[in-house]
Amino acid sequence: MSTSMEHQNAQGGATSAGASASAPGALETSTVGVLTVDNPVVSARHVNVFYGAKQAIRDVSLDIAANAVIALIGPSGCGKSTFLRSINRMNDTIPHARITGEITLDGRDIYDRSQDVVQLRARIGMVFQKPNPFPKSIYENVAYGPRIHGLATARPDLDEIVQTSLKKAGLWDEVKDRLDQSGTGLSGGQQQRLCIARAIAVDPEVILMDEPCSALDPIATARVEDLIDELRQNYTIVIVTHNMQQAARVSQRTAYFHLGDLIEVGPTNEIFTNPRHRLTEDYITGRFG
Amino acid sequence: MSESANAVEARIAANLRRRYRAERRFKAYGLVAVTLSLLFVVFLFTTIISKGYSGFRQTYVQLEVEYTPDRVDPEGRRAPADLAEGDYLAVIKAALRAQFPEVTERSELRKLYGLLSQSAEQDLRKRVVADPALVGQSERVWVLARDSVDQYAKGQVSRAVPEEERAVSDQEMGWIDALTASHRLEKRFNWRFFSSGDSREPEQAGVLGAVKGSFYTLLVTIVLSFPIGVAAAVYLEEFAVRNRFTDVIEVNINNLAAVPSIVFGLLGLAMFIQFFGLPRSAPLVGGLVLTLMTLPTIIITSRSALKAVPPSIREAALGMGASRVQAVSHHVLPLAMPGMLTGAIIGMARALGESAPLLMIGMVAFVADVPTGVTSAATVLPVQVYLWSSSPEPAFVERTSAAIMVLLGFLLAMNALAVLLRNRFERRW
Repeated sequence: MSTSMEHQNAQGGATSAGASASAPGALETSTVGVLTVDNPVVSARHVNVFYGAKQAIRDVSLDIAANAVIALIGPSGCGKSTFLRSINRMNDTIPHARITGEITLDGRDIYDRSQDVVQLRARIGMVFQKPNPFPKSIYENVAYGPRIHGLATARPDLDEIVQTSLKKAGLWDEVKDRLDQSGTGLSGGQQQRLCIARAIAVDPEVILMDEPCSALDPIATARVEDLIDELRQNYTIVIVTHNMQQAARVSQRTAYFHLGDLIEVGPTNEIFTNPRHRLTEDYITGRFG
Repeated sequence: MSESANAVEARIAANLRRRYRAERRFKAYGLVAVTLSLLFVVFLFTTIISKGYSGFRQTYVQLEVEYTPDRVDPEGRRAPADLAEGDYLAVIKAALRAQFPEVTERSELRKLYGLLSQSAEQDLRKRVVADPALVGQSERVWVLARDSVDQYAKGQVSRAVPEEERAVSDQEMGWIDALTASHRLEKRFNWRFFSSGDSREPEQAGVLGAVKGSFYTLLVTIVLSFPIGVAAAVYLEEFAVRNRFTDVIEVNINNLAAVPSIVFGLLGLAMFIQFFGLPRSAPLVGGLVLTLMTLPTIIITSRSALKAVPPSIREAALGMGASRVQAVSHHVLPLAMPGMLTGAIIGMARALGESAPLLMIGMVAFVADVPTGVTSAATVLPVQVYLWSSSPEPAFVERTSAAIMVLLGFLLAMNALAVLLRNRFERRW
């Protein structure tokens, strides 16, 4: 069963890769669906991540297209967050974490010796599961990134960045009169949008979102989802979510992870209406997870 | 069905009574324990305060002195150097003789002069040097009485005790009573206790030397132990990789916190004084020893303060592209600072009350001069308490308790500051 599946999938990959210019048929993987895209911003090849002796993800290869939202779904512990965190090397902060394979950002290996991790994280922003604004003023939260990266030093420039970022995050009208108040005093949904504003203040190429709505109520969730849809025009977004409706609403492509393997990748509507792998189908239809 | 349900209910009810009884008993144990400890505290404070409060008042005698030029300034130049050489003892003696004209015998006169403290002469000298216009004038001044006079005036000496067994003879008592009756003997607030150093004479002894010694010692301690402790805690908590080596360090820090303080004193004696040749009895060495002693406490409290900062803050900073040092210095450290300061203040309070290690490095010497820096010989408050408590003069008893009150006052103030800091700046997530 599994070997025939692999075979079929390799063919599928080849046919789609044939349309794209890059390396037709070169990718050997067990994943079902189209892994590659025409203009990848980030592309992962044969990525394995280990936490000590335990392997968290196995041989994951995936391209992430520019100006689109890709959703990573799967049951708990399937490795989707691990994969997300290896894109901006946040796994580096975990002791005993080890990674093999290759992840490139605009064609450059991010795990290369010459790649500075601080610079990388300035280009790949991140929004976390629990809203985690700094316990400083709203202004300082947004201004922090530009300030440490030296993007703006003069006050008017900073003001400008703070205002644009908050506007892009749809928070400006709610907080413009209290920029000097603490970011932790906002509601949960506002805090999460503040974190998004903070991330886009350094104008990254990619924004990683790790279950950004799991701590929010439905109304706040809807606002953040609308925001993600708007941000897509300027940014590449990778979102991890447990909520399949959310994946269906906000993403163009979906990747399904299962126990450390990337099982299936495809356009979101195809994954949800016509999954090709049995595990994907079982998960989508709610048989487990 | 319902019968068995009733039976179950009855069994639960029977049990319930026992459970409630156990609960009441447990509460009673707790109450007894709290009451007992409160009683001990009350007992401690009442004994100290009842013994010590009289130390804050001191007996003074009013004299009608005449600064006759031939005694004070025989050369007649009114120069400060000459005035400082004047025979003020003669001035005092003359004033006393004028006050008690009936006393003429030499031995009795000597006893009469002995009513006053030796400091009276110095006090008059200072007055005249400061104001030369006093020469040739008469004035009424209050001068310090000797410690036994003070004890009698405070009711500590009883006439019931046979005369040869007490410090004040019947004749002296008569003089003191006469002075009291003519309002020339008075108990006043004891400023000298706060403005002078130690002395062999109880009435002249004060805590300023010990307070300043404690201050310099703690200054050295905080200046060294806080930065070192915080740096060690930050490194161990935020940067060090977990391996056998850091485990060993951690275990050793915890062990150091439990080492008896006198051992640190021996270490300080061997290392700072004998090996590095630093001066004995100096606050510098005392501070170094107390640094060794408080470092583990500060490291441990600082680490728990750092642990209390949620990891999401670090992730947020790192995710923004802050370097690890930036994440720590911009976000983690400011959030952990109140906890660290609280730990440091509690460590300092412990260091302030410490005497054993300081005995080892010679801070137990009799030092009459008020220290002026970290290298001058000094003692500290708890050691001063120890010194006075072993002095034979009964007047030192109240001074011991008074010094304990000063020490407790500082300790309470420091602990209050720690609580205040914690309540004001502590954050919860």
